[in-house]
Amino acid sequence: MGLRRAIVLVALMEVTWSLNVTTIGPETVSTDASAHPEPAEENTEQKEAVAAEEDVMATGELNPNHYPAQRAAKLVQHYLNARYGSPYKLFGLKEVHSGNAEEVADSGRKYQLEISVHEIISNTKEKCSAEVFFPSGAKQLSPQVQVSACEEILKLDAKSEEEALYQQYKTNKTVRTEERLPDSYGHIDPEMTPFWHLSIVASSFIMLKESTENTLYNVAQVANITQLATENDQLKFDCHVLLHEMVSQEIPQWKLLFTWSPAEGVKVLHTEQLPHVHEFEKRAKPN
Amino acid sequence: MHQPFEGSQAIWMDCGIHAREWIAPAFCQYFVRQILQTYKTDAKMEAMMTNMDFYITPVLNIDGYMFSWKNSSTRLWRKNRSPGPSGDCYGTDLNRNFDANWGTIRVSSDCNSDIYPGRGPISEPEAQAVTYFVGSRKEDFLCFLTIHSYGQLLLIPYGHPDFTASNYDELMKVGEEAAEAILKVHGKTYRVGTSPAVLYPNSGSSRDWARMQDIPLTFTFELRDNGTYGFELPQEEIQPTCEEAYSGALHIITYAHDKTFNGAAATAAALWTTLLALGVHLM
Repeated sequence: MGLRRAIVLVALMEVTWSLNVTTIGPETVSTDASAHPEPAEENTEQKEAVAAEEDVMATGELNPNHYPAQRAAKLVQHYLNARYGSPYKLFGLKEVHSGNAEEVADSGRKYQLEISVHEIISNTKEKCSAEVFFPSGAKQLSPQVQVSACEEILKLDAKSEEEALYQQYKTNKTVRTEERLPDSYGHIDPEMTPFWHLSIVASSFIMLKESTENTLYNVAQVANITQLATENDQLKFDCHVLLHEMVSQEIPQWKLLFTWSPAEGVKVLHTEQLPHVHEFEKRAKPN
Repeated sequence: MHQPFEGSQAIWMDCGIHAREWIAPAFCQYFVRQILQTYKTDAKMEAMMTNMDFYITPVLNIDGYMFSWKNSSTRLWRKNRSPGPSGDCYGTDLNRNFDANWGTIRVSSDCNSDIYPGRGPISEPEAQAVTYFVGSRKEDFLCFLTIHSYGQLLLIPYGHPDFTASNYDELMKVGEEAAEAILKVHGKTYRVGTSPAVLYPNSGSSRDWARMQDIPLTFTFELRDNGTYGFELPQEEIQPTCEEAYSGALHIITYAHDKTFNGAAATAAALWTTLLALGVHLM
């Protein structure tokens, strides 16, 4: 009711205030811009121009709090999860301490990072060194990640829980989710939590592959995960995940087929991106 | 500049511009409850509530928010619910719809996009309402805070990388102090900087528009978490998130208040002393 009145007033005052609004904008902005040029970074040697749509990407020493180092560091999280993650082992990026970026002649850009990583379930933290390489060129090659100096966190032992889960679901039980993970209220049934972790681990293969210097991926939600028949002693799963890409703010949806065992870890067999479900399509489909 | 003795000075806070960021409306409610309880026993809060008006919008994007509660498949909706130009898509990103370098960077002309800025600046009723309400009393506002999630960030203007706020240094200083206050509560790190530096460039945000109205202290809060739960923050994190965000917001609000009122009070006292000494009598 108040809103409608506000709209009416806006319509009546359109001539006056809209003119005001449009004049104020550019004037204020140019005054600001001319009075205070872009502040210099701490390291005066580097030029950190912000990438707009296209790239003049940061080179040299990076501000660890700024997006270039942060986006590259996120890839280390995805790499660690894909490579070492399990139902009882999940990694998160804790902090970026320092970073450096350089052009690699004609092939791409390389980041060197000092970060802190933490294993979420045991709540252990460790400092790591990492190298992230973003290949350039038309071919859409995946980024490459190398990690060193954080052996402790990777040696964390969850073998007994993993083995128990594996045995339980190899023979007796089967997973089929009823709710999304987490649900709308951030809740996850404790029995489902290891499968939430597994879905994130499997999704990390996709997030790693799809990432560029202009993206930042997280798993928004697992829509469902279904266990299929065990194959070659590997538990097999079909899952539907919703990712969140921060820069576009979109929710890309993917279907994944993957296997897991304590011995082999997660292996992704098949991935498929689902088309963006449009409003009219939603209404047409019966529920 | 601001005239403290003409019209009431004010603080603006909005939550829930983006539907799926549920922790934000929770924080606005927490904030209101907190200040209404605190002022009874805390002299500083009492003074601030006497000297300033607080305008809080707990759910700015009401239609979008209600849509995100509809069922599990709508939970991650971001925009409002305006029908698009062709009638087969919905929603404008309200935080791209304000008249602040509208449509110039980090937007999409595709109506299906989550960063579709609308068919023109302030095309949306929600943006119009804020623009009119705040715009018609802009000299009164000391501070404009807009609350979002997730990412654990305090973002300062401007979203367009070619423009720098005239009080950039002040904004960074106050922002860093607010982040320190946040860290002290539960040990969570919030990064501080302009959107283009820390996150990504954008145009048409409410915060940028507010800064262009000469409201000096404008901040975007991106609350917990860092992507583990993302938008679906668990229940047990609501209280601690609100506590730390309150600490950060309070720092900024207190700074805004003290800058205006302690200074002015001191000036007024000095003026009176001088006038009395000169034997001037005012009616």
